[in-house]
Amino acid sequence: MPKEKEVQSLSEVTVRFAGDSGDGMQLTGSQFSDTTALMGNDLSTLPDYPAEIRAPIGTVYGVSGFQLHFSSTDIHTPGDRPDVLVAMNPAAVKKNLSELKPGATIIVNTDAFDRKNLQLAKYETNPLEDDSYEGFEVFPVPIASLTAKALEGSSLSPKEVSRCKNFFALGLMYWLFDRPLDQTLNWIQRKFSKTPEFVDANTKALTAGYNYGENTEIFNTRYSIEPAKLPKGTYRSISGNEATALGFLAASVKSGLPLFLGSYPITPATEILQYLSNYKNFGVKTVQAEDEIAGITSAIGASFAGNLAITTTSGPGLALKTEAIGLALMTELPLVIIDVQRGGPSTGLPTKTEQADLLQAIYGRNGEAPVAVLAASTPSDCFTMAMEASKLAIKYMSPVILLTDGYLANGSEPWKIPHVNELPEIPVKFRTEKEGFAPYLRDENLSRPWAKPGTPGLEHRIGGLEKANISGTVSYDPDNHDLMINLRAQKVKNMVNDIPDLTVDGDMEGELLVLGWGGTLGAIKEAVIKARQAGYNVSQAHLKYLNPLPKNTEYVLKGFKNVLLPEINLGQLAKILRSEFLIPIKQLNIMRGLPFRVSDIEDKIKEILGGKNND
Amino acid sequence: MIDNGTKENLTTEIKYSSKDFATSQDVRWCPGCGDYAILAAMQRIAPELGIKKEKMVWVSGIGCSSRFPYYMETYGMHSIHGRAPAIATGVKINNPDLSVWVATGDGDLLSIGGNHFIHACRRNIDINILLFNNKIYGLTKGQYSPTSEKGKKTKSTPFGSVDFPFNPLSLSIGAGASFIARALDRDPKHLQSIIKRAAAHKGTSFIEIYQNCNIFNDGAFELYTEKESKADNTIMLEHGKPMVFGKNMDKGIVLDGLTPKIVRIDEGEFSVNDLWVHDEFDKSPARASLLAEFQELEGFPHPVGVIREINKTTYDEEFHAQINNVKKQKGEGDLKKLLFSGNIWTVN
Repeated sequence: MPKEKEVQSLSEVTVRFAGDSGDGMQLTGSQFSDTTALMGNDLSTLPDYPAEIRAPIGTVYGVSGFQLHFSSTDIHTPGDRPDVLVAMNPAAVKKNLSELKPGATIIVNTDAFDRKNLQLAKYETNPLEDDSYEGFEVFPVPIASLTAKALEGSSLSPKEVSRCKNFFALGLMYWLFDRPLDQTLNWIQRKFSKTPEFVDANTKALTAGYNYGENTEIFNTRYSIEPAKLPKGTYRSISGNEATALGFLAASVKSGLPLFLGSYPITPATEILQYLSNYKNFGVKTVQAEDEIAGITSAIGASFAGNLAITTTSGPGLALKTEAIGLALMTELPLVIIDVQRGGPSTGLPTKTEQADLLQAIYGRNGEAPVAVLAASTPSDCFTMAMEASKLAIKYMSPVILLTDGYLANGSEPWKIPHVNELPEIPVKFRTEKEGFAPYLRDENLSRPWAKPGTPGLEHRIGGLEKANISGTVSYDPDNHDLMINLRAQKVKNMVNDIPDLTVDGDMEGELLVLGWGGTLGAIKEAVIKARQAGYNVSQAHLKYLNPLPKNTEYVLKGFKNVLLPEINLGQLAKILRSEFLIPIKQLNIMRGLPFRVSDIEDKIKEILGGKNND
Repeated sequence: MIDNGTKENLTTEIKYSSKDFATSQDVRWCPGCGDYAILAAMQRIAPELGIKKEKMVWVSGIGCSSRFPYYMETYGMHSIHGRAPAIATGVKINNPDLSVWVATGDGDLLSIGGNHFIHACRRNIDINILLFNNKIYGLTKGQYSPTSEKGKKTKSTPFGSVDFPFNPLSLSIGAGASFIARALDRDPKHLQSIIKRAAAHKGTSFIEIYQNCNIFNDGAFELYTEKESKADNTIMLEHGKPMVFGKNMDKGIVLDGLTPKIVRIDEGEFSVNDLWVHDEFDKSPARASLLAEFQELEGFPHPVGVIREINKTTYDEEFHAQINNVKKQKGEGDLKKLLFSGNIWTVN
């Protein structure tokens, strides 16, 4: 009889699943996240995988990981350092060991600690048999052979049986953290409905893992994490890419404009194309174009034809779209360009995150070519910002760049689902009256009329050559060029009236403001909370509109003796703010292809404030 | 919102004259440029196409020919270098009701825009592409182009170019265009008839127009366009007619297996009955490819007219049929339902 296991209550845990890229770690992680979300915990996830689809097995650089931070309290990041590592092979431990919390739990698949795998991971001796993992609590579990045992008599091949081992590990983790199996059991049913033998095998593996935890002598303690106290409402777990896709779909519904996406597959933006391609019953039109340039230029054609037109890409693709963004600006057509930033330059780190496309987004075109630049701050915020970008593009007949990043795109969090009637309206005016029409007439926002081909009497020509204001004929007139350059710049400046002021969490003036933009919000928020708990007086603000900046930006920044700006680049926003407002900015720049650790920011806060806490 | 466009939607009872298609912009090509003739042919035939002015859209890239949209009193976009087919694709997909035209040059379409050209043909999107081929870069003042003959001496190739040219007809056949023709700036009546055929065709229509750049490549097509030499150096294709050419109509083409040969039909050995009879609608691309290759064969006439017209579904048709199908299967999209789908939970 197994003895009664102790249940320990925790407020938060960070778990990391790691294994070969073919071990199904992303699936295991997302199943654990979905179940955890359904249990009402707050959560934040960080998938971390190599660019190779099936990197050489057993090697350290082939390790794929999925980190998940969940809690009974409000959290903002996927966690700095895991409390628990589930490792499917030696390489997975080797890669992650230095990232773990001291004393962390490591559950290892001992079956993979054979000579071959140890060699591939470049271990000279078996680390389970020496002091390599000293300081950690290691639970050796022969996951592969236990899975094989559970599936004895199954019709699956040994290879297929072996591929079920991630469900065994997941079952064990469900036991350890006291989660029900239902959600995953249902998922298995749905996913493998056409292959009952896989339903059977994966169900058995999952259940066997759970029962192993219950019955083995190895584990004496299991943990429970109470549901978080989230605001009332209906929730779902959502990733940044899915939220982006839904945001544009919502913008299409709210504007009454059909949605068109021209796109070329590129990591980590591809999923947005995939999601939107599934919404054909909403009339969404997606074209997988022949290249990045055709992605954006087909969208420009779509915009001319009267659609809500968007194009999705990542850094290198944004570089390719540069000239066409200039065309959209010159023809004054609404267009949203989504850049899911990844590690650069060049091909860089395709599957990793970075914030280094900011200057490219704001300035990266020939000529004076200002466009609005927005940045989402959390996975679910991508939904809101997609709608905002659409609204500005349409109102100002102008291209708008929306920046997200690899971390937001792939990371997920609980999202309080908005009701359709709470979403902002997006008014659209198509010009139809012939009387007094000219293609570059200006309204109160300096926007020109949107006259769709097919509208009788409004035939007109637009293009990349400079146009005479109002009449829209080709013009080489020096004064007209000067006027048009300024008009286009003023249009972007006018958007300041449509964007919310910068809000400050904490005092409006003081010793230190931690300012951020984009996907660093979570880490900054948590660092500020921790610094306050340590007695420091810190304020925090976050920019979601980078061009134009909110009206009160200068006012807010000048209220503080120090402004600290953590960015995952070498100080791109810092450069802009210094030149714009002539104020000193303190930088924190760490470019590891990963989100900031909370502790990095917290340490910097303490360094700046020195002994100036209230203790 | 947008219905599946049919040709009927484009037709009109309004009687236009060619002037209705002219804009107030001064035409700014060099005096003597072949582009004038193409513009005039287009404006002349436009009233006969049965397309309302507001339903016609001209898209162009960069180069001399790409100024074309400014001179057509329709909707138009003078875009960026090489991208016109992609922009035109975006316009057509989003409003199949429009008649979409691309005016482009050999540099624009076959060099910087080569990718968009082949993919437009591959998709068979219902647009019309007019290639103004003058075998030279005009707007940048005389560099060799992807259709310039090997050995071409220009400002950028003072010792002669060392690369082979593209054959635009072969390229379009290979890429899958469903209407392929060649016309001459110096034969406006014929050009008009070809434009009319292209307009009526559903799918990607491609017309290569021999266009003289009298400044940087004057006389490049003289052999094929001038009275004295035209008859011996071109063959005017007609569907169902044997391939006869020559000043005295005494030469013809026979097919010896897959090898075309020039024969005399006035010397007794061959008669007109032995000649290759042109079939525009031949489903196989084999003969069309042979025709396209004539220009590479020593002494062969350049074919002028419709090389090939085949029937296949267009991208825009299939695109909207699929959307309608999904709507039928899944029902019209409901945003609320979609937002509240997946694993949802409620906090009270």
